[in-house]
Amino acid sequence: MAIDRTIYREIPFTPRLWAVTALLGAFLLGGVWAFAHVEHQGHVATGMTNQVVWGLPHVFAIFLIVAASGALNVASIASVFDNKPYKPLSRLSGVLAISLLAGGLAVLVLDLGRPDRLIVQMTHFNFTSIFTWNILLYSGFLGIVALYLWVQMDRNVHPKWTKPAGLLAFVWRLALTTGTGSIFGWLVARPGYDAAIMAPLFIAMSFALGLAVFILVLQALCALSPCPLGQALTARLTRLLALFVAAALYFTAVQHLTNLYAAEHAGIEAFILRDGGIYTTLFWGVQVGLGALLPLLLVYGRRTPPSAGLSAGVSLLVILGGLAQLYVIVVGGQAYPMELFPGYVVTSGFHDGQIAGYGPSLPEIALGLGGVALALLATGLGAKILRVLPTNLSDQNLAAKG
Amino acid sequence: MTCRTPDQAQAPSRRDFLRSGAALATMTLAPGVTLMAFGGSEAEAAADSGKRWGLLIDASRCAPGCSDCVSACKTENGWSGHGDPERDVQWIRKVTLKEKATGREVNLPMMCQHCESPPCVDVCPTGASFKRDDGIVLVDKHICIGCRYCMMACPFKARSFVHEPVTNQKPHAPRGVGTVESCTLCVHRVDAGGIPACVEACTAAGHGAMVFGDLRDPESEISRRLAEFPSAALRPDLDLNPGVRYAEI
Amino acid sequence: MIIRRLILGLCLVLAWGAAAPAQEIAPVVPKATGTPHPEGNAYMRRWHMQMMRHDRDVTMYQGVRPVDASLNACFECHTVRDDAGTPVTVADERHFCRTCHDFAAVKVDCFDCHRSTPEEYDEPPAHAALSRPPGLLPRSLSDIATMQAYLETVDPEADR
Repeated sequence: MAIDRTIYREIPFTPRLWAVTALLGAFLLGGVWAFAHVEHQGHVATGMTNQVVWGLPHVFAIFLIVAASGALNVASIASVFDNKPYKPLSRLSGVLAISLLAGGLAVLVLDLGRPDRLIVQMTHFNFTSIFTWNILLYSGFLGIVALYLWVQMDRNVHPKWTKPAGLLAFVWRLALTTGTGSIFGWLVARPGYDAAIMAPLFIAMSFALGLAVFILVLQALCALSPCPLGQALTARLTRLLALFVAAALYFTAVQHLTNLYAAEHAGIEAFILRDGGIYTTLFWGVQVGLGALLPLLLVYGRRTPPSAGLSAGVSLLVILGGLAQLYVIVVGGQAYPMELFPGYVVTSGFHDGQIAGYGPSLPEIALGLGGVALALLATGLGAKILRVLPTNLSDQNLAAKG
Repeated sequence: MTCRTPDQAQAPSRRDFLRSGAALATMTLAPGVTLMAFGGSEAEAAADSGKRWGLLIDASRCAPGCSDCVSACKTENGWSGHGDPERDVQWIRKVTLKEKATGREVNLPMMCQHCESPPCVDVCPTGASFKRDDGIVLVDKHICIGCRYCMMACPFKARSFVHEPVTNQKPHAPRGVGTVESCTLCVHRVDAGGIPACVEACTAAGHGAMVFGDLRDPESEISRRLAEFPSAALRPDLDLNPGVRYAEI
Repeated sequence: MIIRRLILGLCLVLAWGAAAPAQEIAPVVPKATGTPHPEGNAYMRRWHMQMMRHDRDVTMYQGVRPVDASLNACFECHTVRDDAGTPVTVADERHFCRTCHDFAAVKVDCFDCHRSTPEEYDEPPAHAALSRPPGLLPRSLSDIATMQAYLETVDPEADR
C-alpha cells in the first residue's frame, strides 16, 4: 500500500469558514464588551467579591492555559517519542498550543483590577512570586513553541533539529503546568490548596484537556477543508485521551484521600465531597461522572474503535469535566472559609466562618467565552495562512505507517 | 526661526530631589543604613529598621457590641460600605469567637496582622505588597495591578479589593478602584510619632483593649505585657510571626 | 535628503504655529494663589511628576512625611473653583491638572486613588458607579442616562 507524502495545505475560503469566523467573532466582540464594561464599572459589575476573589474568568483562563500545554503533546509524541502517525499533526499541535495560551492570558490580563498597568507587570518582577515565574514560563512557552514550529516548517532547517526543539518544548511545557498548579499548591493559607500534588494533578489535567481540545479542533478544521480525516486516527487519539483522563482521575483520588487522612482537612473534604451543594454536584456529577467515568466507559467498554462522533462526544465530556474540576478547585476552594481560630466558631460582619456565595455574572461568562473564541480564531487564522493542516490523514495512510 | 523645544529646563539633580524632602538631610552610610537628620522637626526617624511596630489586643477587655475601633478606622482612613457586604472593604472588623467545646464567647478586632514573613508579600507578582523596615505591611497602589493573589494568600482575610470607583479619599490614605488595600497600622500617624486611630479610640472609650508599641524595645508597654502575660499569634502553625498579638482569648 | 526636507517642513509648521497668537495653541492655565515656585514655571511643567514620584517613594517606603512635592501641597495653590466657589474635582474639565493634560492628551493616573481637591472639601461620589445592585444583566441603558446627565452638567461654555 502506497503512503501519500505529507503535504500541508492552507484551509480554503468557503462560506462555511466565513460562517464559523463570524460566529467566533461575535463571541470575541462579547468578550471585548465584557472587558470594557468591567473596566468602566469596576469589579462590582461581576459576581466576584471580597470572599471569592477569583471567579469564572480565572476558571476559563486556567483551562485555556492548561489546555495549551496539553495541546502540544501531539507534537511531543511525534518528535520526542518518534511516533510516526502523529508526525503530520505536530504543526497544528504547535499552532493550537500558542493560540490557546494567548486566549487564556488575554482573559487573565483583562480581568485584572488595573489592566492598563500591564506594563508595570512587565517592568516590576518579584521573584518570590510564582506568578512572576509563570509570566516568564508563559512568555518562554510562546517563544519556544514558535521556534519549534519554525524548525519544522522552514525547509532550510535540517530535520535533525526537530527533536531537540521538541524536547525543549516538552520540558518547558511540564515546567509551565507545574507553575500553573503551584499557583494553588503554594497557597499555605487555604485548606483547599496548600498541596504539592496540585502540580502533577495539573499536568495530568493538561494532558487530557489539551488532547480533547486538539481532537475537536482537528475534526472541525478537517470538516472546513477538503482534507479527509480517517476514523482510525481520531480513534487512536481518543484511546490516548481516555488514558490521560484516567491519570487525572488517579491524581484527583490521591489528592482527596490524602486530605481525608488528615483530621485538619476533614472540613474542606466534607464540603467538597458531601455537603458543598453546587460544588459537590459539580465534583461527583460533572467532574468524576460525566468528565471521567463516562468517557472511560465509552472508550474502554467497547471492542470496536470509537467512531468520529463518539470521539467528539468523549472530547466534549472531558472538556466539560475539566471546566467543572477547575470550578471546584478555584471557586470551591475559596467558598470554604479559612480556619482563623482552630477550636472556635467564628462569626463577624465580614462572612467569617461562613460558606461564601458566588454566582457568575454575564460579563464574566462573556469574557471567558471571548477568550475561547480568541484562541479558536487564532488557530483558524494559523491554519488559513500557514501550511499546518496535512492532507494525508486518511485511514489507508495510517494503516500503512502502523 | 528655528525649531524649539517647549522649554530647556534642566533635569533635577539628585541634590534637588533631596532638597525637596524639606528640612531633611539624608546620608547613606552603607547599604541599608541611613543616617537622617531632621532640622527642627519633632518627627521620629520614620520606618526605622531598629523598630518593629505591633499591637497587643486583650480580648477580655474588648466589649461585645462595641465597634469604636472600626468606626475610628473608617473616619481616619475614609473607607465605608455601600450596603453590599460581600464587596464592601474591611480594613478592620469585629469578630466573635465561640469555643466549640464550652460555648464561651469572646470578641476581638481583626485586621492585617503585619506578619514578619507575610504571604501577601511573597506572592505579589509586581512587588506592590511590601513590608517597611519597621515591620508595617503596605500596598504600593502605584504598582498594584489588581490580580488579588495576595487576597488568596492572606490567612486572615485581612485584605479587600476596591470594587467601585472612589472619591473623597483622605490625603494620607489614597485608595482606588481595581487595587487591593488593608490596614496600614495608621502609618501616617506612626510616622508622625502617633498611635493608630483604633488604639486611640479604644483607649478613649475606656476599654484599653489595644496596646500599640515597639516590639523590639524591651521597655515599651507592649513588650513588658507580652513578657509578663500569655498571648497568642493567629495561625501559629504557619509561623508567620505576626506583629499583632492576642491575649485572653 | 528626504529626511532633511521633512525636518525642515516640520520646523516650518511648528514655527508657523508658534508665531500664531498664544491663546489659540496653548492651554489656558488657571491662575494660582500663593507665592510662585522658586524653580520657575518651566521647571515645574517639565519635572513635576518626577518630583512627586520621588517624594511619594520616600514617603511610602521610608515613612518620611515632611516633603514638599505632594499632591496635597499642589492644591494649596492650584485649586480651581466653580462659579459657586466650590473646588472642582478632576471630573470637571476646568480642574487645574486637566487643563494641560487634556490639551496634551496625557492620561493622569493619580486621581484614581488620590483625591483631586483640598482635604476640607467634600467630594461628590464618582459618576455612574455607586449604589447599583450587582446582577446578571448589563447596565448599558442606565449608563447612557448617567452619561447624558453628566454631559448636561459639563460647562456649556466648553462647546465654544
